[in-house]
Amino acid sequence: MSKTMTFQEISALVSTTFSDLILETDIKGPQPILIVPVQHIADICGFMYRDSRMFFDYLACLTAIDNGVAQGTMEVVYNLTSIPYGHNLMIKTIFPRNADGASLPSVPSVTNIWRTADWHEREAYDLMGIHFNGHPDLRRILLPEDWEGHPLRKDYNVQDRYHGIYVRYEDGISEQLPADKDRA
Amino acid sequence: MSDKIKTGDGGIILTNAEDLMNWARLSSLWPMGFGLACCAIEMMAAYASNYDLERFGILPRPSPRQSDVMIVAGTVTFKMADRIRRLYERMPEPRYVISMGSCSNCGGPYWEHGYHVVKGVDRIIPVDVYVPGCPPRPEALIGGFMKLQEKIKGEHPLAPSLFLEMEANETVNA
Repeated sequence: MSKTMTFQEISALVSTTFSDLILETDIKGPQPILIVPVQHIADICGFMYRDSRMFFDYLACLTAIDNGVAQGTMEVVYNLTSIPYGHNLMIKTIFPRNADGASLPSVPSVTNIWRTADWHEREAYDLMGIHFNGHPDLRRILLPEDWEGHPLRKDYNVQDRYHGIYVRYEDGISEQLPADKDRA
Repeated sequence: MSDKIKTGDGGIILTNAEDLMNWARLSSLWPMGFGLACCAIEMMAAYASNYDLERFGILPRPSPRQSDVMIVAGTVTFKMADRIRRLYERMPEPRYVISMGSCSNCGGPYWEHGYHVVKGVDRIIPVDVYVPGCPPRPEALIGGFMKLQEKIKGEHPLAPSLFLEMEANETVNA
């Protein structure tokens, strides 16, 4: 019977399996993090899902971070859990941010490993502007489909109007509502 | 009029058609049955047995075609704005709007950083009564309805201003 693995055991297993990749670890915080190159995130996740010692069958959360224009990087963070073994892992990938007007940064999708990643990745796309390669249905999930920009970006500027309505409070009512005295 | 109804011994009630019609309209305000956020919980409490809006003749209708009043109970997002405008346009006139709670009054807690919130439903549709609160208690919503009833009481549904203007022009021309 297999046992619960520690972070050191997991990261050692992953780095021996993917020996040609440079994997980093961040153990400064209360939760140790495995940092992997962006183009291999789906391969590594797939391995951790299939491997009988780790068996990360549950993607608890997928979230994204924008480190801002000065740092010029973004991150996608995956929180994995193995329900039968009871061990957890935070794995993340750091990649460059796109310049204004350039195409969105691209990260391989993990929807074919965990179905639950579908909506999580759509949310990250919607609010952070990260393109997930191989996602079956990458549309906005929260905002209207014709919204401009990705609001949780550090350099986000909200649009002036949406369908004629002023977005900012201080801009007031966009046009005089029809003065209809017969409107009882 | 109301005094005579209460005694029950008046055989004849005298009133004018406008007052009678206004009385009928304000005594059967049918709101559209929809809610947007936490204010809707208070609105549902107001409909339910403790507060019992039905004693005022107020009962939610499932269709905008059958509704007299729209209670905008909750945060109006930009995604919802078009839908609200369309629902309002589908209501037959005369129609009224009660804006319930801070969010639909002015954006509420989202007024500064809520990129997704319409800063007041009066940016989309005309509002008759604003009910303050976050969320307003059922008593406050009932107060809002009573304000609306007062407003209806003073209206002239049988004499549209356009008709009055035409009439005035005719007397001048004649």
